[in-house]
Amino acid sequence: MIEARGLVQTFRTGRGKEKKDVHAVRGVHLDVGKGEVLGFLGPNGAGKTTTLRMLTTLLRPTAGTARVAGYDVATQPVDVRRSIGYCSQVGSTFSGAYAGDEVVDHGMLYGMSRRAAVAKGHELFEMLQLDGLWKRMPKNMSGGQKRRLDVAMALVHSPGLVFLDEPTTGLDPQARANLWSHIEALRSEQGVTVFLTTHYLDEADALADRIVIIDRGEIVASDTADELKASVAGDLVALEVASDDQVSPARERLARLSDDVEVAGRRVSGRVARAGKAVPGLLRELEGACVSLESIEVVRPTLDDVFLTLTGRSLRDADAPSLEGEKQ
Amino acid sequence: MTRYLRECSVVFRRQLRMNLRNPAWVLIGILQPVLYLLLFGPLLKPLVGSFGVGTDNAYTFLVPGLLVQLGMFGAFFAGFSLIAEWREGVIEAERVTPAARSALLVGRLWRDVLQLFVQAMILVGLGYAVGMRGSVGGVVLGVLITLLVGGACAAASNALALVSKSEDVMAPVVNIVMMPVLLLSGILLPMTIGAAWLQTVSDFMPFRYVVDAVRDGFAGDVASSAVAWGTLWAVALFALAMWWGASVFRRENA
Repeated sequence: MIEARGLVQTFRTGRGKEKKDVHAVRGVHLDVGKGEVLGFLGPNGAGKTTTLRMLTTLLRPTAGTARVAGYDVATQPVDVRRSIGYCSQVGSTFSGAYAGDEVVDHGMLYGMSRRAAVAKGHELFEMLQLDGLWKRMPKNMSGGQKRRLDVAMALVHSPGLVFLDEPTTGLDPQARANLWSHIEALRSEQGVTVFLTTHYLDEADALADRIVIIDRGEIVASDTADELKASVAGDLVALEVASDDQVSPARERLARLSDDVEVAGRRVSGRVARAGKAVPGLLRELEGACVSLESIEVVRPTLDDVFLTLTGRSLRDADAPSLEGEKQ
Repeated sequence: MTRYLRECSVVFRRQLRMNLRNPAWVLIGILQPVLYLLLFGPLLKPLVGSFGVGTDNAYTFLVPGLLVQLGMFGAFFAGFSLIAEWREGVIEAERVTPAARSALLVGRLWRDVLQLFVQAMILVGLGYAVGMRGSVGGVVLGVLITLLVGGACAAASNALALVSKSEDVMAPVVNIVMMPVLLLSGILLPMTIGAAWLQTVSDFMPFRYVVDAVRDGFAGDVASSAVAWGTLWAVALFALAMWWGASVFRRENA
C-alpha cells in the first residue's frame, strides 16, 4: 500500500542571514503491505508527522518518491487522497458543528451522495460507539469521543488505508484502551491497512504488526516488536538479596550469565539471554551459595530498551527540540 | 465543472449551517453601518447640498458609502473564522479529500457574499425607510458592485488567514489596511471637499472609485464614467484577490 523511496523534507527557517535548512526527514524508505498495521515510532521532532504529511499529499517531498495506494504522491495527489483516510493530531471537526453533519459533509467532499454519506456515518457511529452523538457538538464531547469522531471522519469514504497521527495522545488510559480496540478491529474486521504514528511504546507494541522507528529524520529500525526486542541483548534479571554480605556472591553468580551486571544497594541486575531457561539454574546456584533472595524479577525488554540500544538514548529523553511549530 | 460546483456547494452549505446556528453575527456586522446611518446621517442633512455631488439627499449620499464600507470591512473579518477552523484541523482534513482545493475557498466566499447580500438588503431597506431616494436600477448596480468588492475582500482575508494562521497577525494587518481605506475612499464625506493634495492622494485609492461608482448608481447616473471606472476597479480587485486566494489554497505546503 505504501512504497517510499528516499523521501526527504528540508525546511528553511529563520530570516536573512540566519536562514538555515532544517533536515526534518533525510531519506526515508518504507514499505507497508496490504492489511498491515504499521507502528511508526519516534520521539517528538523525529520526523514522524513530516513523513506522514508527505505520504498524505499535504507536503511535497523535497526529494524522493512515494507511491501510496498505487499512486504517486507528487504526480497523482488527487488519486492518493481519494484512496486514503487521514486522522491528524489536531483533529478534523469544528467544535461548533454537529458531529453527524461534519461526517456527512466530509463524505460528500469525497464525492459520496448525501444518502450514502448519512448511511455510512450512522454505521460508523455505531461501530465506534458514538451512538446518540450525531447531534452533539465536538466541544461538548469527551476527548475519547472526539478522537473516535476523527476516526469516523477518516473512514467515511471506506478507504483501504488510514493514517492515524498519534491517535491516543492526551487520552486517559480507559479511552486509550477503548480506541485501541477500535483500531484493532479496523484491521481484523474491515481489512484496512493502518499507518499509525505514536510516541508511546506500549501502543506500538499492542497494535502494530511491524514497527518502524525513526530518529532524527532517519529510519533506524523496521521489524516486528518481538524481533526488535530480541535484538536487545536479553532479558533483564534483577535480584534483591536479603543482606549486604550476600551482594557479592550474588553478583558473581549472575556474572556467569551476563556481562553487564550492575549493583545498586542490595539490588543486583544484569541482562541475560533467554532468561526463562537460565533462571532456574541461577536460582539453584544462588541457593548453593547460601544467598537468600527477597525477590527476583525478570523483565522482557521493552521497545524503550530497543530504542536505547539503537540510538543510545532513551525514548523519553530523546525528544528533539520540536519543529512542529515551524513547519506548519 | 458540475463536480467543482458540487464541491463548492458542500463547503458553502456547511458554512451556512454554522452561520445560521449563530445568526447574531449577521446582525453584529450590520450594527455599525446602521448606527452610522441613524446617528451620522442627520448630521449630513444640512451639509450635503454644499458637497457638489449628484444629490441633495443626505441618505442617497451616505448609504452607498456605508454599503461599500460594509462590503469591505465585514468581509475583511471573514478570515478569522477560517483561522479557528484551521486550528481545529478542519482545513487540513478538507485538504486531504479529493475536492479541488480552490473549492474550499470558493464555497466559503459564497457564504461571505450571501451574508453581505443580506446585510446590504437590510441597509438599503433602512435607507429607504429614513428617506433615501434611489433609482432601483442604480441601487441594483450599486449592490452588485458592492458584492464584487466584498467577495474580493473576503478572498483576500481568507488568503491572509491561511498564510498567517494567526489572529495576532490578522488583526493589526486588517487595522492598518482599514484606516487609510476608510479615510481616503470618501465613505463618510466626499473627497472633493478636501484640499487638492488630499484629493491627489485619494486618487491612488482604488476603493474610492468603487464608492464613487456606487454613489453615482444610487443617484441614478448609471452611465457615468465614474460607474465605469468603479466597476472596472471592482472587477480588477476581485480578479486579483481570487487569484491570490486560489493560489494560497492550492499551494502544496499550506
